[in-house]
Amino acid sequence: MQNKVFQLLVNNNAGVLSRITGLFSRRGYNIDSITAGVTSDPRFTRITIVTSGDEEILDQIEKQVSKLVDVRDVRELKPDKSVYRELCLIKVKSSPEKRQGVIAVADIFRAKIIDVNVDSLIVELTGTQSKIEAFIGLLADYEILEIARTGIAGLARGADALIHLES
Amino acid sequence: MNGADAIVKCLEQEGVTTVYGYPGVAIAPFYNSILNSDIRTILVRTEQNAAHAASGEARVAGHVGVCAVTSGPGATNLITGIATAFADSIPIVCITGQVKSDDMGSDVFQEADITGAVESFVKYSYIVKNVEDIPRIVKEAFYIANSGRKGPVLIDVPIDVQNAPIKSFKYPAEVNIRAYKPTIKGHIVQIKKVIKELEKAKRPIICAGGGVHLSNAVCELRDFAHKYRIPVVTTMMGIGVMQTGDAMHFGMVGNNGKAYANRAMNEADVIVMVGARVADRAISQPDLITTNKILVHIDVDPAEIGKNAGASIPLVGDIKHIFEDIAKEEFTCEHEEWISLLEEYRSTMGPKRNPNPDYVDPAAFITMLSNAMKDDAVYVADVGQNQIWSCNYHIVKDGRFLTSGGMGTMGYSIPAAMGAKRGDMSRQAVAVCGDGSFQMSMMELATMIQHEIPVKIIVMKNNYLGMVREYQHYTYKDHYSVVDIQAGTPDLEKLAAAYGIPFIRVENMSHAEEKINAFLQEDNTMLMECLIDPMDLVKQ
Repeated sequence: MQNKVFQLLVNNNAGVLSRITGLFSRRGYNIDSITAGVTSDPRFTRITIVTSGDEEILDQIEKQVSKLVDVRDVRELKPDKSVYRELCLIKVKSSPEKRQGVIAVADIFRAKIIDVNVDSLIVELTGTQSKIEAFIGLLADYEILEIARTGIAGLARGADALIHLES
Repeated sequence: MNGADAIVKCLEQEGVTTVYGYPGVAIAPFYNSILNSDIRTILVRTEQNAAHAASGEARVAGHVGVCAVTSGPGATNLITGIATAFADSIPIVCITGQVKSDDMGSDVFQEADITGAVESFVKYSYIVKNVEDIPRIVKEAFYIANSGRKGPVLIDVPIDVQNAPIKSFKYPAEVNIRAYKPTIKGHIVQIKKVIKELEKAKRPIICAGGGVHLSNAVCELRDFAHKYRIPVVTTMMGIGVMQTGDAMHFGMVGNNGKAYANRAMNEADVIVMVGARVADRAISQPDLITTNKILVHIDVDPAEIGKNAGASIPLVGDIKHIFEDIAKEEFTCEHEEWISLLEEYRSTMGPKRNPNPDYVDPAAFITMLSNAMKDDAVYVADVGQNQIWSCNYHIVKDGRFLTSGGMGTMGYSIPAAMGAKRGDMSRQAVAVCGDGSFQMSMMELATMIQHEIPVKIIVMKNNYLGMVREYQHYTYKDHYSVVDIQAGTPDLEKLAAAYGIPFIRVENMSHAEEKINAFLQEDNTMLMECLIDPMDLVKQ
């Protein structure tokens, strides 16, 4: 088993996301995370999928996804040639006395406190998945009430790999 | 002009001559508009058969088959037909009426999310939201259905869109789908590699699948096999790629195929898979065709290559184009010993049967029938024991052999034969089914009569769902469960009389030949009943 990050450029049609996730579920492929958002050209959506499987499965995933009529382009975002970011919101239980401890950990990770309540606060952190996991690990001493993670978005480095939308 | 008129106009532009279907309120505007067209409407008796008939027409005529049904149950009844077409990569366009756009999603009368329901077995589907999109969508639908790896496309049209006035109708001359560009031409480097391997090969073999028919490459493949004397085996979907009597033809592979065909595959050193997906029933152990062999896999769908067996030389493209390109190259391929060996296998490893003389022997009967049929006749086998006997004993000349290979849908033969006949009225269409599959589609006798589509129907009657009975015989030691259909099966002679069609019963082989000749004599719908030993087995 290995992980791969695929970046898809798809037509921004109704139901396109369900066509893609439907393909994964009916063929028994894993989706570890999926993010989607419109591109600079509103006709297209960029989707980043983190998936896992053995080499043959990952090869089939790329081929099967490529076959979907709405999929304009599929490429692998290789870790050494790409950047990935994930956003994570963490609600931590903290009395006023304990608050400073959480804020100190957040500062080290350059996370932001975006909401403070009498007995809890919400921290926003953006980074690679390992950074987010390390941060969550450091909050082990506190009680985490809720976590919301976006899954990663990614782009290939440099201008060589651009897909020209008009071509 | 409204949306419904526009759809009909688009179909005319695509050269559609026949629409199979069943009306209802949600598709009423379409069926109202089609009255102003020369397109012929065929009213099937249940929607599933509209899709099968469209499939039969597509396979024989080589163009896209079309069906149109109403929303809700009309659309959901189509599903099995769509899945059947998808499994065999048959190009059909299915038009479904839908409830008013504003009502969609609120569970109103006869509403079903049909695009959602068929998502996993259509090539693509559309919900038409804006009447102005109709020309583009229909153009794209036909193009997607009939290009690359072919398959069904569904267009769901809400009734208000069908009724909405269209401002400007212009049928696009070409499609431009940014994301969809199937590979047609094979890569020349890969083609050269294939030739190099064939030059070295001592025991080459071609395994031809349904893709050869779909690509209309039968002549090219035959020429290639003859020129270099490369033996050909076929999958079930590939039956007919070679004439049965061709010296280079060595039978159908698979667990229901010929032993000598499977042996040829196992002993080959270079296998050229052409338009075949290495499916489980054809190749039960993919390892056997890759270990210590060169596997060349030619397919228009890149995802099929490597899905079930890792190919040494993948070659993506349209089969006809690829064989035209191969024909431009000259090379030598010497392997006469191999051919002698396969000829020996073929003459000594044929199936042996021990027929019961009190009944019709399906093997002898099917051979006799196919010899009596016209050379270019279309033979449609249903699903079950009748299908396996048909595959193994039907003699193909210049005709076609159709069956539901991938999905194994019972009840396919009668509607598909009807569509096949419509696809080419000059050809004989013969449907061969069992008494189980006949009862799944016998309502279409009415359609054939109403629309004057002559189809020859043969029912192999053994009072059992024979294929399952055979499975229970071997797997559960004759512990039969829900396979006995004797009680309740109607008297077919009376049934034929009720429909007003001639009937012939064949009890055993003694007068079979003259009865077959009488059966095939006229171009009319006829029903023939063959009494088969209920205990007869495909694998004896």
